[in-house]
Order: sequence, then C-alpha cells, then structure tokens
Amino acid sequence: MFSLEGITTNVQDWLLMKFNPTMALAMECVIVILLAISLFALLGLVLVLMERKVAAHIQIRLGPNRVGPGGMFQTVADTLKLIMKEGLVPDMADKFLFNLAPFVVMMVGMLLLAPIAFAKNFQIWDINIGVLYISSVSSLSVIGILMAGWASNNKYSLLGAMRSGAQIVSYELSAGFAVLTIVVLTGSLQISEIVKAQENGWWIFKGHIPAIIAFVLYIIAVTAETNRAPFDLAEAESELTAGFHTEYSGMRFALFFLAEYINIFIVCAIGATLFFGGWMPLHIGNWAAFNHIMDYIPSSVWFMGKTFFLIFLIMWFRWTFPRLRVDQLLNLEWKYLLPISLFNLLLVAVIAILGWHF
Amino acid sequence: MYNQTEILKDTSELGADGELVINMGPQHPATHGVLHLVVTLNGETIKKIEPHLGYIHRSIEKMCESLTYRQFIYVTSRMDYLSSHINNLGCALLVEKGMAIEVPDRAKYIRVILSELTRIASHELWLGAMAMDLGAFTPFFYAFREREMITDIMEDTCGARLTMNYIVPGGLMYDLHPDFQKKVKAFITQFKSKVTEYEDLVTNNIIFQSRTKGVGILSAEDAISYGCTGPVARASGVSCDIRKIYPYEVYDKVEFDEVIETAGDSFARYIVRVKEMNQSIRIIEQLIDNIPEGDFVGKTKNVLKLPKGEFYSRVETARGEFGVYVVSEGGTTPHRIKFRSPGFSNLSVLNHIAAGSKIGDLMASMGTLDLVIPDIDR
Repeated sequence: MFSLEGITTNVQDWLLMKFNPTMALAMECVIVILLAISLFALLGLVLVLMERKVAAHIQIRLGPNRVGPGGMFQTVADTLKLIMKEGLVPDMADKFLFNLAPFVVMMVGMLLLAPIAFAKNFQIWDINIGVLYISSVSSLSVIGILMAGWASNNKYSLLGAMRSGAQIVSYELSAGFAVLTIVVLTGSLQISEIVKAQENGWWIFKGHIPAIIAFVLYIIAVTAETNRAPFDLAEAESELTAGFHTEYSGMRFALFFLAEYINIFIVCAIGATLFFGGWMPLHIGNWAAFNHIMDYIPSSVWFMGKTFFLIFLIMWFRWTFPRLRVDQLLNLEWKYLLPISLFNLLLVAVIAILGWHF
Repeated sequence: MYNQTEILKDTSELGADGELVINMGPQHPATHGVLHLVVTLNGETIKKIEPHLGYIHRSIEKMCESLTYRQFIYVTSRMDYLSSHINNLGCALLVEKGMAIEVPDRAKYIRVILSELTRIASHELWLGAMAMDLGAFTPFFYAFREREMITDIMEDTCGARLTMNYIVPGGLMYDLHPDFQKKVKAFITQFKSKVTEYEDLVTNNIIFQSRTKGVGILSAEDAISYGCTGPVARASGVSCDIRKIYPYEVYDKVEFDEVIETAGDSFARYIVRVKEMNQSIRIIEQLIDNIPEGDFVGKTKNVLKLPKGEFYSRVETARGEFGVYVVSEGGTTPHRIKFRSPGFSNLSVLNHIAAGSKIGDLMASMGTLDLVIPDIDR
C-alpha cells in the first residue's frame, strides 16, 4: 500500500494518454515542483518537531505537548507565528543580497532533492552523474550563508559567515572522499546504479572496514557541512548570538531554519543511499525466508527508516557534545580527517581492484 | 555631539590595523546578565577585552545607609542572587560581632547547612550555564534537576527559592520545616548517584577537555595581585578558603578539604567547583543528623545599634570572599557601608587571561570565572 513503485509510471502513462507529449511533460514538471515544495513544508514540520522531541528526551523533559495531540501541531503554530512576524531589514544592510540569501540557501536544498531515490522507481531525475551533481550543488549553500553574513552589516554575522565559509569548504573534501569510496566500489556515479549494487548487501556490510571508516567520516563531515553542533560555529549561539542569521527575522529567518533541516534530511538521505542501500531491503546472504519477509516492507519505508535513523544520529550529536573551537575544527579536518580519508580511498581502490569486497 | 548615523558609521568601521571592535553585551547570550564587553578582535583572535559595568547598578551600598541593621541584610540577597543566603550570613555575622549577640547553636548549624546547600545550588547553575557557553545544552537540564531539589528545600524552609532572607541578627527568622532533614538526605542520595552523569557528559568529554585545558591560564601570582578569591584563585593554587582560614559559625567543627588545583586553567576551575560540591555534601552529611535542639534565635534588643567604630566580616560565598565593611557612628543605620564582592575582582582578570586567545576561548574563560553581574555592579 505504501509502495510508491508503480505510481510514477502510472501517472506518466495516464498523462500521455490524455495529453500530447509536450503538455504531458509540462504537467509532470508542475506535479514534481508541487511535490517538492510540499515535501519541503512537510519535512520542515516533521523534523523540527522531531528535533524538539529528541532534545526533550535527551534532556529529561517532555518537549512540546500543548498544541494538538502530543504537541504535534507545535511547529504549525510556530510557522504561523513566523509568517505573521515583521521581516526586519537592518538600516545599512545590502537589501538586495539580504533578501536573496535565504532563497539561495533554500534553492540549493531544492536542487539537491532531484537525484534522491525515495523509493523503487521514485526519483525525480536519475542523472548519470548523480553523486557528482550532489557534491557540486551542495557546496553552493555556502554562497547563501556568506551573502547573508556580508549583507547584514553586522559584525557577528560577518564572523559567523567567515567561519561557515572556512568550515564548509574544508569539510566538503572529507565528505567528497567518503562519497568517492562508494563510487569506487560501485563503479558508477548514478544513484540508481549505486542502489542496485547493494541488492545483496549494503555497502557498510559489504565494503569491509574502509566502508565503515568512510561512513564515520561522512557523518562527521556532513554534520559540519550542515552547521550542526558540535560544529555549529557559524551560528555559535553563546559566541556570536546567532551567527550569520543574527539580523534575520520572520519568514526570512524561517527559510534559513527550514533550509537547515532540509539539508540534514538530504545529507542523511544520501548517506542512507550510499551506505545503507537506499530503498533496498535488508538482505542477508541466502536466508531466503528472511529476505522474502524483508521484501514485504515497502521500499519507501526502508528509505525513510534509514534516513530518519541517520537524522536521529545527527540530532543525538547535537544534544550531547559541546562546540569545537574554530582552530580545533580546522585542525580536525586538515590534520586528521583529510589524511584518513585519502588513505581510506586508496585502500578502497585496492580492495575494488582485487575484488576483495563481497 | 554625534547624530545617529555618525555613531552607526563610527561603530561599523574597522578600528586601527583592521581591528574589529564588537560590543559583546549588554544583551548577549554568554554574558549571563547585563555585562558589556568591548572586545577588540583581529579576525578570530581577541586583542583586548574591556568590561563596561553599571548597567544594573542599584547603589545598594548607598541604600543600606538608610536601612536599619535588621533591614540591610535583605538587600544583599539582591547582589549575588545565587548565594543570597551566604551574603545574608556575612551581614548578620557583622551585626552579631559588633553587638556581641549570642547565636544559639541550632541557628549556627542550620545556617551552615543552608550555606552549603546554597553553594551546591550555585555551582549546579554554573555547571549548566558554563556547559551552555561551550555549546552543550544538555548538562544544563541535568544540573537543574538536582538544583531543583535544593530550591524546593529552600522553599519549604525559608519561603523563597532564590532570595531566602532567612537570617536575622541573632539567629533565624523561624524554625526549620519538619521535613527538612528528610528532604536534605534525599537530596544527598540523589546527588551522589547522579554526579557520575556529569562526569560522563561533561568532565570526560574529549571536546570539553580540549576546549578548557590550557585555556585562560591564571598564575598564582596574578590571582593574588588581581585579588581573586574563591574557586578561581584556588584553581591557581592559592589557598584562600575563608571557611578554613577564618572559620565562622561551625566550620571549625566539621571536616572538609579545601579543594586546590594548580593548573590555573579553565579545566582546573571547573574541577575545583565540581569537587567543592562534593565537599559541601560532606559538610552537610556531618551536620544534618546533629542539629542541636533549642532556640533558633538568640535574645536581641528591639532596636539594634552598632557601637561607634569600624566593623568587617567575611564569608566564603560560592564565588569567593564576600566582605562587609561598616563604619558606624553609633546610630541605628550604618554610616558608611562597603561590600567586597568576589565577582568584581574575578572579572578584572578577564582581559589578562583571555586576551590573545580565540573568541571560543573567551567563553570558556568567562564561563569558568562564574560571574554574577548584579554582584559586580551592586
């Protein structure tokens, strides 16, 4: 019932039956855009509530529990509040860039949705350079953050944006190398190929220790890339009040806030796709009965389950660790993570050439 | 005179040599109050920190000159609001010493137990706030879980949770709540079982250690010359615990260790406070079962008049030495009064220990100084 496998082909067939091909394509575009936007809104609501509930659980308190059953509509109420609020623009700010910045950050999130396979045969654009596309587009978000920091005409914002620039540019390398290990194992940049390669086992199990190392590196790097604690230096509340979005209020702030959660979702979705087999069910060797039962769970549930597990992991980090200092952050990347990931990539290349992986 | 745009232009331009001057505070998440730090930055590196005070100045010392010796005690609750009971005790000790009032043993025991509970509560709040300065939000809630028990005990006994105002010259305002001993024992059990959680969550955390070790080093010489007291000085190896050096009330009858660390960095200051909480528990454990029966307040005259002369009393608050200096003309109110608050001297080392480090280190240094702004401004 929850399987989305047939939906895309059904819709396409129906459209082609009713309209001419150009019209059908245009209709498909509209449907995809609407779906992407509603997914954004939904994810924002769900993830913000999830973060608050996870935080509350870790911090021995209840979290939101007044608006709706179990506080389910708390984020809806928050969104309404943010929409009502006046969006202030500082007096001496660069108004054009100031207004543009949140949209740039949001746009990056939207573009990144394209190659993600949400379920079997449920993907917006199965581009043949999928992984390359993801790593190149995701690095654009730093432009939005730098724009916000620069245009605000606020020293805290500027410091936050500069930190963010240094941080994202550095950690992009580790994340890239971690992704490359899987590309080396699969031999393809295409997301659907990567998922298909994990049909009889996920890479984290099949790829020996290098895959596990790559996964750990990936999680650390994307936590830093999404500006989450313990790497939330760009907004470092106790140091820079709110960092790059200090001057933002109302809906413009909400866009930054939403973009943060969308980015978390996307990096976790990519992590789930690369290391945990995306929508592939858990298959263990030749346990036919077990594999058969696992196949009954719809692919969309598998994908979302894995993604939300990784999201939970990242939230867990945030509510446990203190923040790193800026020089420690850069040391960690350039002195530890980058050499390890280079060596790991070499190791994986050897394994892939000799065919040692399962 | 500047007009508004000129001021805006002035503050937004870079200082000499491309320095960036930022005003941290009076509203800033890390200053925990209305402290205003003018920080000169070179990139991420701090070149100079200039604390600007006075945002919460209420001229408490001047107010005290028009209050009687019974009344002025309670104004001091509003100075260091986290150790208000100990502040009150310092003032009461001065009046009792000046007028040679006999304080019953029961009152002395209860005062010391409550002082130590106050110290634990203050350190708990500091622990949470400091971890928050370093970006970890969760320890705050863990620390407050235990602190809540203390504030409940205070509420039962004194009627207030923060500004207790429980002490009168000669003893206490009223007797203990019947549940007091039971609740304090429950708190001790709870605290002892939960203190390992702080160790796991904060002390042994590698990020926390790398953020605090070797950060904001204060040498023993500097600690003395800046007049630092309390955990800040003890973390630099200076023995300065008033409870040991000039014991008041029943501190000479109980066994406890003065916690001294020698590193002088932020981590040492952290460790000193955590260990001090354990020492406070030790003191309470020795006293809680031995509270003598009897009066809770001694006989005093209706109108208190300090004889002509100068008086000084000192107590050890959670932040260091709190001194009360009164010049009396023989009337019902102090002629002149001066409070020596620990926070003021501890703040003065901030530039010394944090200049030259990164912005993140400023948070570690400032957090471990444990500043309470109303205590500094008075």
